[in-house]
Amino acid sequence: MLGSGEDVRQPYQDYKNWLDREDVKRLHRKSADAEAFFRKTGITFNVYGQDEADERLIPFDVVPRVLSAREWRKLSKGIEQRVRAINAFLYDIYHRQEILRAGRVPVELVANNAAFLPQMIGVNPPGGIYTHIIGTDIVRTGDEEFYVLEDNARTPSGVSYMLENRETMLQMFPELFAKIKVQEVSHYPGQLRRSLAACAPPRCEGKPVVAVLTPGIHNSAYFEHSFLADQMGVELVEGHDLKIVDGRVAMRTTEGYTAIDVLYRRIDDDYLDPLNFDPQSMLGVPGIFDVYRAGGITIANAPGTGISDDKALYSYMPDIVEFYTGEKPLLENVPTWRCSEKDQLAYVLEHLEELVVKEVHGSGGYGMLVGPAASKKEVAAFRAKLIANASNYIAQPTLALSTVPIFTKKGLSPRHVDLRPFVLVSPEGISITPGGLTRVAMTKGSLVVNSSQGGGTKDTWVLEE
Amino acid sequence: MLGKTAASLFWMSRYLERVENSARFIEAGFRIALTRSASASDEWSSVLKASGVVDAYRAKHDDFESAKVIDFLLRDRDNASSVMAVMKKARDSARTARTALTREVWEATNESWMTLKAAMAKPVKEQDLPETLGLIRQQSALVRGATLGTMLRNDGFNFLRLGSFLERADSTARILDVKYYLLLPSVALIGSSVDNVQWETILRSVSAHRSFRWLNGTDISAQAVADYLILHRQMPRSLTFCYSKISDNLNYLDKNYGQKSRSGELAHEICNDILNQPIEAIFEYGLHEFILDFIIANNGLAAQIETDFNFQDRIG
Repeated sequence: MLGSGEDVRQPYQDYKNWLDREDVKRLHRKSADAEAFFRKTGITFNVYGQDEADERLIPFDVVPRVLSAREWRKLSKGIEQRVRAINAFLYDIYHRQEILRAGRVPVELVANNAAFLPQMIGVNPPGGIYTHIIGTDIVRTGDEEFYVLEDNARTPSGVSYMLENRETMLQMFPELFAKIKVQEVSHYPGQLRRSLAACAPPRCEGKPVVAVLTPGIHNSAYFEHSFLADQMGVELVEGHDLKIVDGRVAMRTTEGYTAIDVLYRRIDDDYLDPLNFDPQSMLGVPGIFDVYRAGGITIANAPGTGISDDKALYSYMPDIVEFYTGEKPLLENVPTWRCSEKDQLAYVLEHLEELVVKEVHGSGGYGMLVGPAASKKEVAAFRAKLIANASNYIAQPTLALSTVPIFTKKGLSPRHVDLRPFVLVSPEGISITPGGLTRVAMTKGSLVVNSSQGGGTKDTWVLEE
Repeated sequence: MLGKTAASLFWMSRYLERVENSARFIEAGFRIALTRSASASDEWSSVLKASGVVDAYRAKHDDFESAKVIDFLLRDRDNASSVMAVMKKARDSARTARTALTREVWEATNESWMTLKAAMAKPVKEQDLPETLGLIRQQSALVRGATLGTMLRNDGFNFLRLGSFLERADSTARILDVKYYLLLPSVALIGSSVDNVQWETILRSVSAHRSFRWLNGTDISAQAVADYLILHRQMPRSLTFCYSKISDNLNYLDKNYGQKSRSGELAHEICNDILNQPIEAIFEYGLHEFILDFIIANNGLAAQIETDFNFQDRIG
């Protein structure tokens, strides 16, 4: 909220003026109201590995994160460029592999990568789209400095929080939105449905039938799955609702089986099809991948997109962007040491206390080391893990992440944040909802914003021009 | 609509109805325990029988002490049919069918679950029991109100209603059955009024003691009570009333889907063959036999609905 000095940054000016005149007690009350509202609505997520499979709330902070229209334009241009490159990369890597031939990305990094799906080689996804939905994780380190932290090209979650956070703010502080003009986010579900429908497969007849595939009510993101299906007005299906009928994937309805054209799946590649991938999977649909290959269904995102947001490949993203767009990347990549390379590993081992070390295939903030925040013992334990399996890790410097104040019992207090804007891709184009999900580390000084690690969220405002 | 969604709606309302019926049973039992302590054990045992959990209870307890029975029925983890366990199932079904429910119905169900969970986090003391049972009824009323007030009258609504009335018919039949031996000896005394507190508990268990008095005055006879609970067209918990609603909803579904379902026929048969006879004929046939026939037919209809509307994947 504050600039390099103690002055309030321009996009926050109107909000700060409003806040200064607010009664602190009222804000505390609103804060408690918000929590009750989330619980009542069932906006919860399940935490793995906890007894009772209890549903937890993601802490919500009432102070919005504000971006100016100018900042947003810059950001969204950069994201669009990156998403375009990712789709071109995916097409290439599953067809002629020009980028490997050109030597810009090492062959073994793709060939030996568990996220690379050989079954996708030569497959043409309907409309040529691989990543229908992307959630790019961005961090900010200075006025004009935005870094891409992760590309999340598999099944990014969190968009329901973006929408519900705004709803909650509108309910709690209607007068604020009358004073400050904020760009809308509520059209997202409609756009999502349109974008998915625009990717209908060749065998689709008539109006495309869209459905959301969920692992079920015990999945940590079930709320989001049902929310999106409901908001789009499409069925929410599980694997056992589906089977292959006449070469199509069909859902069991009260009146018989109905073919699905576009399946927005919220389960991982591995679980998608026990016949083609993990034979143990109870979540997927046996044979769906064969229907996919024959043009009978669109799977969003396409199987095999994980190779593009793989942490081992991350450090090559600037090359990838340049290779396919012919332009310099507009957004920065965080400098990354590849522990698979001997000299880089040596550097990492020497500087563990300063670095963030991540598993190449990890997600959700599990299994990572945040050097500056870790104890001597934790660092030593991690060092052993790292040496034992070096190629499983990458390391990055801890960036001086921007902070945004949260509302605590003692008043405003700065906390580190990141930002996940949501991107929709279809043959009709790329659209990015202004704003996105701001995740915030609720503990002072912490850099870990993941909700599975106790991180919270904020409403994200992009101001009108 | 997905078969699974229809199933979840059907079961959600069955479970909610069951929660409410349990509260009524406990309320009636508790009242007897308070006012006629001598017959309390019998009363609790028949409540447990009507709830179908008497074996599970006996496996754990040797006597029918009120506090034990109440805790078992309300919240015991060893009782898969406890109010809390069934409420959790109702809420899970609602979550599964979330996209077919209005926000009001979902929130009412979710809030009911949260409220009851908090109210029953610890064993409910006897002095707090009336309040807790009142809360259960109140929460059920909220969900029902939200359902009637906000749901589109589509197939989803029909499945909700079918679940409620099938469960309710089953519950009324069961409470009659555990008390049938009380009704039997009175057949010979048709017309005579008896002062038996048991009549009142039967009526209380279905919240009908006041409406019955409005209709019949103080003339409580076995036949009048049975007639009221089985055949009365206006009594919302009578078998006949439940079946007129079940038939209506199956008719709507058939019309909506442009078909003639086997369940529609079956409901019609139950109305004509079982329920369409005077109470004298029922007593002559044997009340217990009549109720058994009915419960079996009612279960059969539930299974047929499951088949007709693809609640589950059928092999082949």
